[in-house]
Amino acid sequence: MLDRIDKKKTLMAQACQTLGRQINIMEVCGTHTVAIFRSGIRSILPEGIKLLSGPGCPVCVTDQGYIDVVLKLARRSDCLIATYGDMMRVPGKNGSLETKQPNDNVRIVLSSEDALQLAKDNPQKNVVFIAVGFETTAPATAVVVKEAAAQGIDNFSIMSGHKLVVPAMRALLSQKNHNIDAFLCPGHVSAIIGFGAFAEIVESFSRPCVVAGFEPMQIIEGLAEICRQLAAGTPLLKSIYTAVVTEKGNTTAQKIIAECFDPADGLWRGLGMIEKSTLKLKKKYSRFDALKRFGVTEIPVEDTTGCRCGEVLCGLIDPADCKLFVQNCTPLTPIGPCMVSSEGACAAWFKYGRKTTDEENQKR
Amino acid sequence: MQRGLNMEEKQLMKKTKNDKILLAHGGGGQLSDDLIRNLLLPKLKNDTLAQLGDSAKLNLSSSSLCFTTDSYVVKPLFFNGGDIGKLAVCGTVNDLAVAGAKPIALALSLIIETGFKIELLEKILDSVSRAAKENDVNIVTGDTKTVEAGAADKIFINTAGIGVRLPDIDLDLSKIAVADKIIINGTIGDHGMTIISQREGMKFQSQLKSDCAGLADLIGQLLTNFNGVKFMRDPTRGGLAATLNEISKATGLSIEVRQNDVPVNQTVQAAADMLGFDVLNIANEGKFIAVVSPQSADDCLNICRKHPLGKEAAIIGQVVKTHDAPVVEIETEIGGRRIVQMPYGDQLPRIC
Repeated sequence: MLDRIDKKKTLMAQACQTLGRQINIMEVCGTHTVAIFRSGIRSILPEGIKLLSGPGCPVCVTDQGYIDVVLKLARRSDCLIATYGDMMRVPGKNGSLETKQPNDNVRIVLSSEDALQLAKDNPQKNVVFIAVGFETTAPATAVVVKEAAAQGIDNFSIMSGHKLVVPAMRALLSQKNHNIDAFLCPGHVSAIIGFGAFAEIVESFSRPCVVAGFEPMQIIEGLAEICRQLAAGTPLLKSIYTAVVTEKGNTTAQKIIAECFDPADGLWRGLGMIEKSTLKLKKKYSRFDALKRFGVTEIPVEDTTGCRCGEVLCGLIDPADCKLFVQNCTPLTPIGPCMVSSEGACAAWFKYGRKTTDEENQKR
Repeated sequence: MQRGLNMEEKQLMKKTKNDKILLAHGGGGQLSDDLIRNLLLPKLKNDTLAQLGDSAKLNLSSSSLCFTTDSYVVKPLFFNGGDIGKLAVCGTVNDLAVAGAKPIALALSLIIETGFKIELLEKILDSVSRAAKENDVNIVTGDTKTVEAGAADKIFINTAGIGVRLPDIDLDLSKIAVADKIIINGTIGDHGMTIISQREGMKFQSQLKSDCAGLADLIGQLLTNFNGVKFMRDPTRGGLAATLNEISKATGLSIEVRQNDVPVNQTVQAAADMLGFDVLNIANEGKFIAVVSPQSADDCLNICRKHPLGKEAAIIGQVVKTHDAPVVEIETEIGGRRIVQMPYGDQLPRIC
């Protein structure tokens, strides 16, 4: 394996030489971010290859207003909040689900099915499922909404925070000051939407899009393939995660998403409003929309905290460039969402990329 | 000391026999006495405990002692590979053993919520008894308190332990030097992943089994055969990452670990990957880290591998010079390097 890695490294270094500049590659998947840090890939890449951790962690791109609405619902004594564990510490304007749960009415679930079960087990409560995630978790949410409708489970609703990956990539490349040369595309999302979904990025923006799995060797091969394309001046769409990802993806999952949701404009932390980038329940399921059920009409506006998660998510700065990093913002006392989720760029940087606090101080 | 029950009282007890713990079981009266004499004493049988004195009287072979305590609040109480009773004995035995002592006697304190099934208490006490026997220690004193339902979660156990220090053994962080080798006696993360997987809401099918075990025998063999062992610690909460960071911070020296050499059970790795955990941070309950001189490393390893609790022992890294600040670094399977941080807080399960 080490021989193969050496060959790929040489290829990457040659690409930098051919282009005569640094190559910036963005991974848009939190699982890639963690795998890259955990396996120490950054430490073996040739100088001149820079990896940017993009908006690939669903927790990180959830806007503050959404969290504030969740907290508001959590304060109702008739509500039971069902959430994935990662959302517990994400700070809203005034605290998080972990610090602000006056009625002890927040439950961590591992799946949407668990959330629906919670509703069945607690008929006297309104169970609100905090449905976040990309195309990977959206089908599971759709399934339980359909189940709830079929079984008439009316004390169940969802706060859809589901987001779509491709519109975000489009938004990133439409920013004037972006520095993204190519995308290492997400393995799990691609398994659902198919690698064909990234064709529009390659065509509209001439940026290589390569889908890779999560084994370190897959990631290295993906990066090398991107460098090869850039050096040759031929940006392509390619999947090297052939064991899992097909061009068309999982059509059953796509169908069930389409049955339950419509694409809608929506807010992303750091990226702002992105056209048709979120999933909203279709009219026929709107009675399961928590916002409608509880009459929430206004989503609070984001507060400024000095947190630069937005710039981190766009690949404009490294986490260490943020003044709050390590000093005020740590996984135990997160200010921005990228420090909360284990897949967040700041958390990964904090956990694997940092030497010592002293060193950080000297750098500053 | 209270008298035993006469026939009449015994019959009365039989009639009112309760299968659950009542507040009165910890009240110091008849029911307490009954619980101690009919359940605890027979299970934990030994002469010192049978005296039921206010303190246990011990005659030890040396006045050079180690003394430790730990409280056990594990949830679930019963897990694959052990239960809170086994854990309460092994955990304290291991704390004594890694300090270079032969464990002699334990104190056992139970805090039980009313309504707790006596049948489960019996099961836990059986485990305590078995683990004590296996580790050649006696439960010489103890206490039982009961609290109202809701004031505790089923049962909490505290054990304290006394051990006699092995002659001429003085394990100390200050002895650790550059080039010393780090040995572990087997796979990491088994206990933590077993607990996490069995915990409410995470009941996915698995073949995980806690490594919960008392290490006194293996450590005793290691320490009495070699003088090259400089320091030992059991990597429990916080896992290997926490223990190595503690050693690095305390000595001011850095530690290098090779990922390929760290033994990990494949099921544990798969479960950790699935839930987004780093196995280096996951708790162990039957493992030790030994820092040994480079000359004695191979011999120590061989001793470990001959013991049932050390079959998969491995040299996983070494102590190295510090450049900027002391760090624990791991060489990954692809030859990359990264820092292993002190774990922080609870690890949250990932969502995609």
